[in-house]
Amino acid sequence: MSKVNLAVDLNGLKLQNPVTTASGTFGFGLEYKNYVDLDKLGGVMVKGTTLQPKKGNPTPRIAETPAGMLNAIGLQNPGVDHFIEQTLPGIKDKEFKTIVNISGNTVEDYAKLAAKLAETEIGAIEINISCPNVKKGGLAFGTEADMAASVVQAVRAETSLPLITKLSPNVVDITEIAQAVEEAGTDIISLINTLLGMKIDIERQEPILANKVGGLSGPAIKPVAVRMVYQVAQAVDIPLIGMGGISTVEDAIEFFLAGANAISVGTANFVNPEVTMEILKGLEEYLIEHDYQDINEIVGKAVKSSE
Amino acid sequence: MAQRVIREIVEQQKIGPGYFKLVIKAPEIVAQAKIGQFVHIKWIAEERNSDPLLRRPISINRINHEEETITLVYRVVGRGTKVLSNLKPGDQLDIMGPLGTGFSISEDTNRVLVIGGGVGIAPLYPLVNKLIEANKEVILLLGAETAEEVIDLDSFQEFDLELKVATMDGSLGKQGFVTDYLEELEQEMDYIYTCGPTPMMKVIRDWAIDFNVPGQASLEERMGCGTGACLSCVCQVKIEGKDGWTYKQACTAGPVFPLREVIFDE
Repeated sequence: MSKVNLAVDLNGLKLQNPVTTASGTFGFGLEYKNYVDLDKLGGVMVKGTTLQPKKGNPTPRIAETPAGMLNAIGLQNPGVDHFIEQTLPGIKDKEFKTIVNISGNTVEDYAKLAAKLAETEIGAIEINISCPNVKKGGLAFGTEADMAASVVQAVRAETSLPLITKLSPNVVDITEIAQAVEEAGTDIISLINTLLGMKIDIERQEPILANKVGGLSGPAIKPVAVRMVYQVAQAVDIPLIGMGGISTVEDAIEFFLAGANAISVGTANFVNPEVTMEILKGLEEYLIEHDYQDINEIVGKAVKSSE
Repeated sequence: MAQRVIREIVEQQKIGPGYFKLVIKAPEIVAQAKIGQFVHIKWIAEERNSDPLLRRPISINRINHEEETITLVYRVVGRGTKVLSNLKPGDQLDIMGPLGTGFSISEDTNRVLVIGGGVGIAPLYPLVNKLIEANKEVILLLGAETAEEVIDLDSFQEFDLELKVATMDGSLGKQGFVTDYLEELEQEMDYIYTCGPTPMMKVIRDWAIDFNVPGQASLEERMGCGTGACLSCVCQVKIEGKDGWTYKQACTAGPVFPLREVIFDE
């Protein structure tokens, strides 16, 4: 039995522990059942879901970069109805909270998605206003404060489920967007999504990704993510889920100290499919070693100490 | 069931220009591996293991039950395979596997055509071995840049089968593409298996459609997770329905797909 408390309450979203998996990197959870005791996870942000099924982008969809990778999957998914009817029954009884990441081309799309999910047995909705890999919507909603706010308001009007809004790092001032979505009624903010990037094949003399640009993730982006969590933690009063390059428990602890109330592991799942379990164990050890009883005690420590 | 294990390299040997053979002691993988499956591997570093970041999918070339080893044959094409080629016996490897849907052998077929090109020959030895065990009449066509790149040539020559080789430089067999042999086939084929470069498999796919021969193709695509989650390694495959095709993951639905259903960059 755990000697320390790892449970967190994110403005109504109660997780048995603060370790979650980032949307698009963990499928619907079951893909990892051979490697992870899924019932031990705090939450799973499932693959980005849209109103209609989406085929996604042509290949190549990924490219490796220094200590990171670019992806341009293009939100390939079977659509929200398929998710509710076919996928959710297989995961709803798991101990982790199912968090459905939604994307739309218009504000109305987001509202319709929220309405469809409102009566289902999910833990929360994560509003993706930061996908860099689709032509319409996605990132555009995440880079302008009023657009971001209008999406959040539209979703809020449809559901009382906990709402997470996922922010893009591809902005001038992330605190401005954070304050706008807080004002618009999001319960939680998750950050960061991927950084827009490109890799060029010097022999073929063209971008490697079929989509030309893609989202950069992995250890390479961690310092950017920690900085943004640190800034947003001081700008808003709602809980944060920190993510961006977390590969080890040390990485995860940095995010808590920067002000995250929970964390999400993404690309590292590809490198080590058991990484979430290692982080969970490591968090407990860190707390015991540093004489804490509760994970919540270390949240924002680095912010407070530098004030 | 696929799993993740840390296991030791028994042997690493250069077998051709840029071609390496890696033998790993991995009883758990050996116990479960089927023909045409692959492993998703990563070297282990002392500290941070983040550059190059991702695993590399490599097809299984031999499954040795007595020695409890698997053999991988790979070609150095980038930073990941370069790092791999520098590992020595005794070094540890992080292995996920066995993964994917491999080759299947039908009882109804008798005369079987197997065509491999370049590093795509690597997964064919266990397949040919099984086909011979199943008393199939095997015609094996192998293509490569040079004679040195024809993987497992000696081993294939020990089988009772018809073997033809084509090399681009003419250093072994006919000079030119392995697919040039398709025109010379005198008998009707019941089935085709293939693995190799996309242009080669495209020609074979078209031939298979023209002559109404079913078969299987082992494909390759840049891979992320290896679990079916990330949707990086998708291949275009024909299906019934309004669009007539869908993307399927090479790591789980594949790497082996029905040959005539595969759409190659078209």
